[in-house]
Amino acid sequence: MSRARRWEKIERPFVAKELMMSDYIASIGLEVHVQLKTRSKMFCACPAHDESEPNTAVCPGCLGMPGTLPVINREAIRKTVKVGLMIGSKINRRSTFDRKNYFYPDVSKNVQITQAAAPLCVGGGIEIDVGGQKKFIRVNHIHQEEDVAKSLHMEHSTWIDFNRAGMALMELVTEPDMASPDEAVAFLVALKEMLVYAGISDCNLELGHVRCDVNSSVRPVGSEQLGVKTELKNMNTFKGIHRALEYEIERQMETLRAGGTVVQETRRWDDPTGQTLPMRTKESAHDYRYFHEPDLPPIVLDDATIEGWRAELPELPAAKRARFMADYGLPEYDAGVLTADRAIADYFEAVAKKSGQFKASSNWVMGELLRALGEQGETIAAAKITPDALAALIALVEAQTISHSAAKEVFQELFENGGDPEALVKEKGLAQVSDTGMIDQLAEQAIAANPKVAEDYRAGKEAALKFLMGQVMKLSRGAANPQLATEALRRKLQ
Amino acid sequence: MSGSPVDWGVSEAADALARKEVSAVELAQALLARADKLEPQLNALTWRDSEAVLTAARAADEARAGGDSRPLLGVPVAVKDVLSVAGQPCTAGSKILQGYVAPFDATAIARLRAAGCIFIARTNTDEFAMGGSTETSVYGPTRNPWDVARVPGGSSGGSAAAVAARLAPAALATDSSGSIRQPAAFCGVTGFKPSYGRVSRFGCVALASSLDQVGPMARSVADAAAIYQAMAGHDARDSTTSARPVGDVLAAVRAAKDLCGLKLGVPAEFFMPELDAGVAQRVRAAVDECRALGAQIVEVSLPHTAYGMADYFVLSAAEASSNLARYDGVRYGFRADADELGDMYDQTRGQGFGAEVKRRLLVGTYVLCRGAAEEYYRRAQQVRTRIRRDFEQAFAACDAIAGPVTLTAAFPLGARRDDPVSMYRGDSLTATANLAGLCALSVPCGFTAEGLPVGLQILAPAFHDELALRIGAAYQQATAWHESRPPMGED
Amino acid sequence: MTMNDSKNVRPFDVRGVAGLARIALADDEAAALQTQVEGILAWTRQLQEVDVKDVPPTESVADGETVWREDVPEAGLEREAALKNAPLSRQGQFVVPKVLE
Repeated sequence: MSRARRWEKIERPFVAKELMMSDYIASIGLEVHVQLKTRSKMFCACPAHDESEPNTAVCPGCLGMPGTLPVINREAIRKTVKVGLMIGSKINRRSTFDRKNYFYPDVSKNVQITQAAAPLCVGGGIEIDVGGQKKFIRVNHIHQEEDVAKSLHMEHSTWIDFNRAGMALMELVTEPDMASPDEAVAFLVALKEMLVYAGISDCNLELGHVRCDVNSSVRPVGSEQLGVKTELKNMNTFKGIHRALEYEIERQMETLRAGGTVVQETRRWDDPTGQTLPMRTKESAHDYRYFHEPDLPPIVLDDATIEGWRAELPELPAAKRARFMADYGLPEYDAGVLTADRAIADYFEAVAKKSGQFKASSNWVMGELLRALGEQGETIAAAKITPDALAALIALVEAQTISHSAAKEVFQELFENGGDPEALVKEKGLAQVSDTGMIDQLAEQAIAANPKVAEDYRAGKEAALKFLMGQVMKLSRGAANPQLATEALRRKLQ
Repeated sequence: MSGSPVDWGVSEAADALARKEVSAVELAQALLARADKLEPQLNALTWRDSEAVLTAARAADEARAGGDSRPLLGVPVAVKDVLSVAGQPCTAGSKILQGYVAPFDATAIARLRAAGCIFIARTNTDEFAMGGSTETSVYGPTRNPWDVARVPGGSSGGSAAAVAARLAPAALATDSSGSIRQPAAFCGVTGFKPSYGRVSRFGCVALASSLDQVGPMARSVADAAAIYQAMAGHDARDSTTSARPVGDVLAAVRAAKDLCGLKLGVPAEFFMPELDAGVAQRVRAAVDECRALGAQIVEVSLPHTAYGMADYFVLSAAEASSNLARYDGVRYGFRADADELGDMYDQTRGQGFGAEVKRRLLVGTYVLCRGAAEEYYRRAQQVRTRIRRDFEQAFAACDAIAGPVTLTAAFPLGARRDDPVSMYRGDSLTATANLAGLCALSVPCGFTAEGLPVGLQILAPAFHDELALRIGAAYQQATAWHESRPPMGED
Repeated sequence: MTMNDSKNVRPFDVRGVAGLARIALADDEAAALQTQVEGILAWTRQLQEVDVKDVPPTESVADGETVWREDVPEAGLEREAALKNAPLSRQGQFVVPKVLE
């Protein structure tokens, strides 16, 4: 599936609710849980996976059997630290793990290993762009933790699959800097783009790779103190978050306008009815009794390790967009489309550098290539047309060796079967005839064979030229260079 | 060769097996027969499967016939019922783990298995290793082979009684505040708590993660050292194990002959008012024996000794409250009937845990709560630092520390049942070693006037396990207390 | 019996704590435990006699740092072995009674 389409084109609701917000300011904070793309789980060596038969990727450790102990997955730490580096966090040189104690069947030990006292990354943030307005959203911290099992709620029982239990999770907590549903979603889109770019997570929302707890509050304009906040837990689509926030902020404002107070509580988004509803949770359950995880020593990171990881970071989307505009002279739109997917951006650069034709390269990648990939449901990695081949094809068009329409035919062949454009052009006899002598002859032939049409043209009928052009193309079996042919006809018809 | 096969220690049994004077099957049979005879009175074992044991023994004999000459091949070892042995039940003496069969080996077990040992039986323990008398087990109390009206000590009372009564030449056990050393002292056997991080805790039912250690019990230091050597060392599955090399401890132990050049510190605070006079006398005599062996005896001070047990209690209860949260009837073990999840949790744990476990879980949960954690839990962590510093200072003036293991000899069954704190106080002399992560050895050093065993404790700095064992070995070269046998089964 | 210690420490309430620890207690059991635990806590309060000013807490006596493993997957338990100890399972999943919302 082509990833070139930006979020605005597919996920934005057709009608965004107009929130009447002249008297209130909203503050939105997000706790984003991201499943990291590691090969094994966070604290045990069970394979990470997405879809498997229940309870086939489990071991005594992630099942919480007696006597088991956690062992940290280095790759998870590396990925989380890299996110911190990308967003400008301070990386804690000494980072520790803590136990969060609460009973729930999807937590196999009834203890979740997380980080409370000394998380891996502190501070940092992401700049978002909403309707041309740039805003910096601050991040409070990023920490490492383990995921919970999957529960299936039946009528009288709950069924549990521990395949997901213990998967490496990164939790990123923002400051309540977002002031609208649009800003919240813009933040998530920017974060997702960064995470996919750097190979941190596939961020496949359908597979539950990204889950958010969404906190929101409102306060009257002019008030410095944040209002009472409510929490929406475990939201896993950007569209759902947008709609839920629209409703919740409206609800809070209406409550306050009517003289009421907002209750601090956890609510859930009920999509069918389009409203948030309170969840009945026991207040006493919330004392998690955090304490240092005695089974895990601290992670101490030295400068060499951190700088080594920093060197592995890719150029981020925003920087790449700016560079494309500057170095290749591309308009913002092109830069946006080309950088939406890192592999496509890399492909474009290879083509552009080889052909030297920047805009043409952009047009071909954005146009024919993305179209073809979309039709076949393929990713660029599987494409049989190499950047060199596309660059060579572009060169042929620029040299007027083939017409644009002939080039499209060659492109399709290259896309489906690979190959060399020059060889294909020869094989199919698609080379344009650009020899002016030849073309003059063909023009004379066409005019001689159609004297009436020639008269019509001299009488002022432009359309007659088109007919004669068609004849020239027929005589040349499509190989005549259309521009030269048109020119030759006009000359000869005078 | 002393007595019959049941009397052999680890080295003697290993030698006899190597020389093919006895087969592993014959040795196992002799021990199983003795268990059949003594268990009705002793109740040291929670599980034994003769078929499985003899199958393993036969395999050992076949291996030896094929040229396998591993030193511990065919040597039987008993296992405290908190260590996972693949295919065996692991109940931690609790109703809540009834029916649970471990699907994997603890690392300590795997290493002994790789050394050729046979696991002959599982031994009784206080429920979840919480106790000092082996009276809280769901299997009922174990008795002391020296006096069946008395406790064997705890929580590793089953292992101590089994070794003392000659149901096995050695046993594995665990020590969080004295659970190896105290029963070793009460039963007249040798028990060793390795330095924290020396033996993997993977596969050991966790009580207090920052305090627990797995260790050997046997009838001599040399035997305990042999078992320790086979188990000790870094384990990738336990992130708290040390990467430091273990060294050839067994060789050092075998070569030990005197204590010349050793500075032995005796802490004044260990000889506290509550220390029984008979015990004190025996321990002081043992210290004199060390002096006669060439040790220089120096007085040292461990000012916070009296706070050790309370400190241990707060920290271990807190960790235990978290470690035991997994016992909820969801994935294994006992599950109470209930139609609703919350009820299922509450009833399973309410019915599955005994009174002492409940007491500790309530204390542990409370001391981690908002509003209590700062004053109880964090303070206890700070006191722990002071206790560690006490030892650092003391070890600047001596190489190792000697003193009593327990305040009294074995007490009568039921004597401390109604007063939990009196039970806890019994570990006053042993808990500080766990808090500081030191290694500590208990060796028999005589008897009280009532004929009850007394233990001598040797403490060495963390990762100086070889030193503690060498001292104990030298002591046992010069004395014969460890060779005494309890009257039980001596007919 | 007074349970008030200094510094605003929350008092021990057996029902509340048993709720957090998810342990059902009969009434007489709860009453007995309230007394016993209060007694134990009173005994542990001897630690207040120790001067801990500026003393850092000990979180562990392990001697390692940065202990981690490479991201290499290993086979764990076969499903049958994983479910073998389960009190109740169905179609390869662990089954528990539903939680009342």
